[in-house]
Amino acid sequence: MGNYIGKVVKRVEDPRFIQGKGRYIANLNLPGMSYAAIKRSPHAHANIKSINVEKARNMEGVIAVMTGKDLAESGLGTLPCGFTPPDIKLPPYPALAIDKIRYMGHGVAVVVAESRYLAQDALDLIEVNYEVLDAVVDAKKAREEGAPQVHEETPNNTSFYWPIGDKEAVEKAISEADHVVDLNLINQRLVPNAMEPRAVVAQWDDFSGEMTVWTTTQNPHVIRVLMSAFTLFIPENKLRVISPDVGGGFGSKIFHYPEEIIIPWLSKALNRSVKWVSLRSESFVTDAHGRDHVTNCKLALKSDGTFTGLYVSIHANMGGYLSLFAPMVPSALCLTLLNGIYTIPAIYGETYGVMTHTVPVDAYRGAGRPEASYMVERLINIAAQELNMDPLEIRRKNLIQPDAFPFQTQVALVYDSGNYPGLLDKAEEVSGYQAMRAAQKQARGEGKLVGIGVSTCIEACGVAPSKAVISLGAGVGLWESGSIRVHPTGMISVFTGNHSHGQGHETTFAQVVADELGVPIENIEVIHGDTGRSSMGLGTYGSRSNVGMAALSKTAEKIREKVIKIAAHQLEASVEDMVYDQEKGEIHVKGSPDKKKAFGEIAFACLTAHELPDGMEPGLEETSFYDPENFVFPNSAHICLVEIDRNTGEVEIKKYTAIDDVGKVINPMIVEGQIQGGIAQGVGQALWEHGAYDDQGQLLAGSMMDYAMPKAGKLVDYQVDRTETPSPHNPLGVKGVGEMGTIASTVSMANAVMDALSPLGIKHLDMPLTAEKIWNAIQNSGS
Amino acid sequence: MTVNISVTINGTTYQKDVEPRTLLVHFIRDTLGLTGTNIGCDTVQCGACTIHMDGMAIKSCATLAVQADGSQITTIEGLAKDGELHPMQQAFWDNHGLQCGYCTPGMIMAATKLVENNPGITEEEIRHGLEGNLCRCTGYANIVKSIKAAAQAMGGGA
Ligand code: FES
Ligand code: FES
Repeated sequence: MGNYIGKVVKRVEDPRFIQGKGRYIANLNLPGMSYAAIKRSPHAHANIKSINVEKARNMEGVIAVMTGKDLAESGLGTLPCGFTPPDIKLPPYPALAIDKIRYMGHGVAVVVAESRYLAQDALDLIEVNYEVLDAVVDAKKAREEGAPQVHEETPNNTSFYWPIGDKEAVEKAISEADHVVDLNLINQRLVPNAMEPRAVVAQWDDFSGEMTVWTTTQNPHVIRVLMSAFTLFIPENKLRVISPDVGGGFGSKIFHYPEEIIIPWLSKALNRSVKWVSLRSESFVTDAHGRDHVTNCKLALKSDGTFTGLYVSIHANMGGYLSLFAPMVPSALCLTLLNGIYTIPAIYGETYGVMTHTVPVDAYRGAGRPEASYMVERLINIAAQELNMDPLEIRRKNLIQPDAFPFQTQVALVYDSGNYPGLLDKAEEVSGYQAMRAAQKQARGEGKLVGIGVSTCIEACGVAPSKAVISLGAGVGLWESGSIRVHPTGMISVFTGNHSHGQGHETTFAQVVADELGVPIENIEVIHGDTGRSSMGLGTYGSRSNVGMAALSKTAEKIREKVIKIAAHQLEASVEDMVYDQEKGEIHVKGSPDKKKAFGEIAFACLTAHELPDGMEPGLEETSFYDPENFVFPNSAHICLVEIDRNTGEVEIKKYTAIDDVGKVINPMIVEGQIQGGIAQGVGQALWEHGAYDDQGQLLAGSMMDYAMPKAGKLVDYQVDRTETPSPHNPLGVKGVGEMGTIASTVSMANAVMDALSPLGIKHLDMPLTAEKIWNAIQNSGS
Repeated sequence: MTVNISVTINGTTYQKDVEPRTLLVHFIRDTLGLTGTNIGCDTVQCGACTIHMDGMAIKSCATLAVQADGSQITTIEGLAKDGELHPMQQAFWDNHGLQCGYCTPGMIMAATKLVENNPGITEEEIRHGLEGNLCRCTGYANIVKSIKAAAQAMGGGA
């Protein structure tokens, strides 16, 4: 079927980006615009004794200065948390701090001025008197006796506890095992650093009583619900949220942020449009961070390498407040993936959600699943080493077999489809694994530190079946909407509740609709990111845009049905005898290809409306709301090769092979691009990135000079290939691709480095595996 | 206090009064409304703001508007000529050299000069040459591929 699905189609959104016409919020200038800047706390834990804003208020060009107290007194709400496991302790999160600081970077006051420079100047005139208190930044230490307390509401700094699986069975498996790998590890804190800093513009219209908010979000409709019901209390039908071109998200632009309350509030109070654009230094201390788990995990095995049990206990750092989906990440999105692609008879996992004096932590590309993969795949690699087995062989021995689907895991999920042995075989072959091993042997003989990293991963994405996520603790269902409006001339507007911030939906969604209806892709425009235009939708994260695609596929089916009815009526044939030729966009009578109507003719007939079947409504426009039956489960095997310079500890990536099964592929070019970008982000975590704090809550990595972002010169050309097992329950067979690269690459790279260091007797180092850390480990190994 | 400066951008000469502290990138974006040049960091760390000034690729966030007095500047908006995309723009489109597009103007401006200054540029030189330009989306593979293709189209290429 089709002219577009499965083919490389160049992106329709690119012409504007390559010519400097991207519609980013920072580029938006409205008449009478004013500019906001936010005074932020330089301390992580402090009492605010007093704030003096008089000088700033009196400065020329300053329109207003407001504090946290002003905001609280105006009756606005606090930032909500949308995932609440039983017994969670949920301290309120004010948009501006009122009397207490709980992370460095929390805003204390906001200035509105006639220009961005003046607003910034005025910040220096605000005097805040702080009583600085002792801080705690480490999730494990925060639960110890005597640790500084972040909130009264969370004794021992513990907000929630989330267990899953059969603890007794795992304890038994461990006690009876031939071999147990017991590993303490840290999955370090990351700073997302989408290249576009967050921005908010708000425009209050006093005449109509309507508020328009432009915000860099991955889910404008969700933000509108939250603004309406929890924070701004503006009726939803009077509130329009627009998220135009967004320069990358990676999770960090899902959440409801303080500025999305502060800026609209100011716009209404001042009756002016107000603009705020984050500085990069602000992004570092205000965008929700990622990961930050301190973990103990154990894998029990038979001496032949068969897995018998897996135990995991996580202390997850939540930061100073609970961000929108924060509690979901280390619990429902992480522990439910502990099964990997293996048969593990007994699994138990538990997570403590811990408050500390750090920036709130929430979903970052992969969100929980990279952490799960990291534990499982590190344990397996160490087990292979200790049992003297090849890392591919030990994995093969434990794989779920292709005839076992649907596969019920030990941790709640049911996998849809896959061919894991085929995946591993292909990775072995494409990477030239055996030859690499032979070369490694020789290189080791010459004293070189060469390592091969192997990992597999599985992801639950296409989030999600609403019933399933709500039973796990989510506050909303995660279905998606899709509308198709066929204009009388045959041009088509497609509306989706998903959001593209780099994924290329304007192209891929158009490919789907073009094939479903048999129309040229040029006739289709995909519209997203505006609550004033598309129906309620849940946005894009968790590799869930396949849900919106599925909705559109259902919608197209409705359009086809109506088109067929009209064609049958006009051709005086019965509906059952009609054939919709999706390649040509023609509807003809079975056996008589000349008795036909073109799609465009029917579209026009819906305008003239005098030749429609009796009782049929005119117009050609349909909407579907699609709630998936299950998650979809893309999976992958990555293999990479590194060499470490003994003298400097520097890791050089020699080769990177990624085999991913993302189900059916809509546009191979875009899928490859997603995998490539994901790999770089995962490698970034493995080797360089660390959102490091000192023990008093000062972010040490507060700029891109201190926080090592992946650069072109350190990376290689990736070898990207695929296997394909379509998801049986997604109407298009697609599985999702956004997060795969990151989930698999983090641990394959870490495994490669540890493989390189294994001849020195080094069993495990925590990421990031920087030159300094490796050099020190080499020195201490005595070799 | 303001200073009067005259700058030629994409062929048009602008005469404006600016505060001496005004960054060139703010002058271009806010004063002139040429918003194609993006800002990704506080200063010099990301390359999103790269433009051409007097024949060199520079970071416009690390330059004051007054320093640009009398100079010739090209921004991303001025790269296409007579409705024809520059080969570098075309190559980024053809090779999926962008995702969210935010780093793209800076990448394209930096890459154009890399290739002009070294027509036979190699992959290693490209990767090294992008030291000052960050992209969070693409993992760089397709950016490098785009620049290689553009180098060919521009008459060189290794
Ligand atoms: S904005 Fe100029 S280098 Fe980042
Ligand atoms: S394309 Fe998004 S930062 Fe480069």
